[in-house]
Amino acid sequence: MTSATTAHSVVEPSATTRRFAGSLVILYAIITMIPLVWIMLTAFKSPDDAISYPPKVMFKPSLEGFCNLFTTRSRQTPEFIRSLGPPQGMCDEIARSRNMVVAGPSNYVPRFINSLIIAFGSTVLAVALGTLSAYGFSRFRVPLKDDLLFFILSTRMMPPIAVAIPIYLMYRTVGLSDTRLGMILLYTSVNVSLAVWLLKGFIDEIPREYEEAAMIDGYTRFQAFVKVVLPQATTGIAATAIFCLIFAWNEYAFAVLLTSGNAQTAPPFIPIIIGEGGQDWPAVAAGTTLFLVPIVVFTVLLRKHLLRGITFGAVRK
Amino acid sequence: MAEVEIVSVSKAFGRTQALSDLSLTIGNGEFVALLGPTGAGKTTALRLIAGLEQPDKGSIRIDGRDVTGDAPADRDVAFVFQQYSLYPHLTVFENMAFALRAPTRRVPEADIRAKVQEIARLLHIETKLDNKATQLSGGQMQRVAIGRALVRSPSIYLMDEPLSSLDAKLRGELRLELKRIQVDLGATILYVTHDQTEAMTMASRIGVIEGGRLMQIGTPREIYENPVNAHVAARLGQPAINLLPAALFGGAPAGAETIGARTEHLTIARGADGDVSATVKRVEHLGDQSHLHLDVGGRPVVTLADPEAGFGAGDVVSLRLNKPLFFDARGWRVAA
Repeated sequence: MTSATTAHSVVEPSATTRRFAGSLVILYAIITMIPLVWIMLTAFKSPDDAISYPPKVMFKPSLEGFCNLFTTRSRQTPEFIRSLGPPQGMCDEIARSRNMVVAGPSNYVPRFINSLIIAFGSTVLAVALGTLSAYGFSRFRVPLKDDLLFFILSTRMMPPIAVAIPIYLMYRTVGLSDTRLGMILLYTSVNVSLAVWLLKGFIDEIPREYEEAAMIDGYTRFQAFVKVVLPQATTGIAATAIFCLIFAWNEYAFAVLLTSGNAQTAPPFIPIIIGEGGQDWPAVAAGTTLFLVPIVVFTVLLRKHLLRGITFGAVRK
Repeated sequence: MAEVEIVSVSKAFGRTQALSDLSLTIGNGEFVALLGPTGAGKTTALRLIAGLEQPDKGSIRIDGRDVTGDAPADRDVAFVFQQYSLYPHLTVFENMAFALRAPTRRVPEADIRAKVQEIARLLHIETKLDNKATQLSGGQMQRVAIGRALVRSPSIYLMDEPLSSLDAKLRGELRLELKRIQVDLGATILYVTHDQTEAMTMASRIGVIEGGRLMQIGTPREIYENPVNAHVAARLGQPAINLLPAALFGGAPAGAETIGARTEHLTIARGADGDVSATVKRVEHLGDQSHLHLDVGGRPVVTLADPEAGFGAGDVVSLRLNKPLFFDARGWRVAA
């Protein structure tokens, strides 16, 4: 058999192998997608359809979940509702059909904004600090370098929640509990160790001759870092940013413990959306669905860096 | 352009002594080659002049000014690296303009454009200026790398084996071009190489470096004809000089332990009427000439022979020495 050989694939896989591998990937994708699809379907169900048994796959779509997500409602007598004017928009109409009126906006939007600020803020900080320290560890003779790197990594060796109580007490003392700044600092400190280690690998791969050439050509070290190292580290920076963002975006345990009002993020808020007679599942599902959007957008924007990035710099240029 | 002086510079990395007491002056407009094997300290010498390393002892002067403590950017030198010399994220033009665009230099954009065009023409890469640096062939990349340095007019160009990653044919071409450009520009160049042909053909003076020490410096002819020791002698000549015990031949001067015989010092004849007889072990035909591998009293000797001479393996020949070089027990030259 004549087939093209490259350094990466010694023998081109046969058509059968490729079809088999393809089917496996599709099967795996379907299995992992089902919960996601179910959440999205639930977001468009009525509360009754959402909890019906056997579960309904076919149903009449409704936006009640999204209405309940963004509003608070109060129950009124039918007489009072009739005395009101015509319904104010679609959500009001749905609420009135259940003998309720819209009382005002819910807290979802402020919580979502908190999540955006805290997750992106801590990602920017962690990646910026991580890039600078990774560069330092990569290029300079740092005393106790290996010990310091191990120490940085060791902060990841226990589950972050193990230190939740001390952090809670510390934050209460210094007035950082339930503040956005407190959450940004916390997520940054968790992420920065990952960022240092990932980025050190990427920066190690960039030959130092590039900066040396720039320094001889009249640039300072910092200018050389900005002009020469950063552009070549974009792949690593993008991949690291995605990992940091996903952690900060999804973090639940610290958020439950340390935030309750002003700085509460979406993850602790979404599951406790209560409707009439218990959990309002369509609203919870709608909140979750919208919560996925920023991460999906961010990942799609950076996807061309991600594939190379998650191989942790193993692929040669 | 200016004179560059290295004054008794030493440099160690950990327990490895990279350079010991190196002194070297590169005159204005001179092309000096540092020749030596890998790990001899050639690159360290360049990096010290560039300011990428600090010497443990000694000083470096450029144009009479002591620059030993200066940052690389303040030394006014240009460096051509062995590899990784181009920025992959920039175009050829941007690569060549990089040094001129340094914040400290403030060269007007129009002047940058003109200078890059001029040097690109000189190096025959003017049609490639808009390409990404990664879309070039090896030879073009190396031209751009040299171009990056040539757009500036520094005190000295430091070149670290700039041609060693190219194939033999390209290397030959670029060697000629580089020499032509150096003469045209009157450039001062310190050129590091382990390739004796590059050193011999381009340099006005060659410094032979071995184990961190400068063994000898002189014109290519001096180095070839009058090596101070066996190390230097072994650096130049193709095939390499044959080092044989003096006892094998008669007539060595007092104190000589080793005889150094290059091809031109050996006369080969059929039969056994020379100084020493030898057996032909192998003949390598190179076309215009042949390498003759001989066995002289159990010692291998390689020399050149006319392919027409018709030597074959197993032939017995006689060797006559013709003004060879003599070295003492420690390898230093002994006058004949």
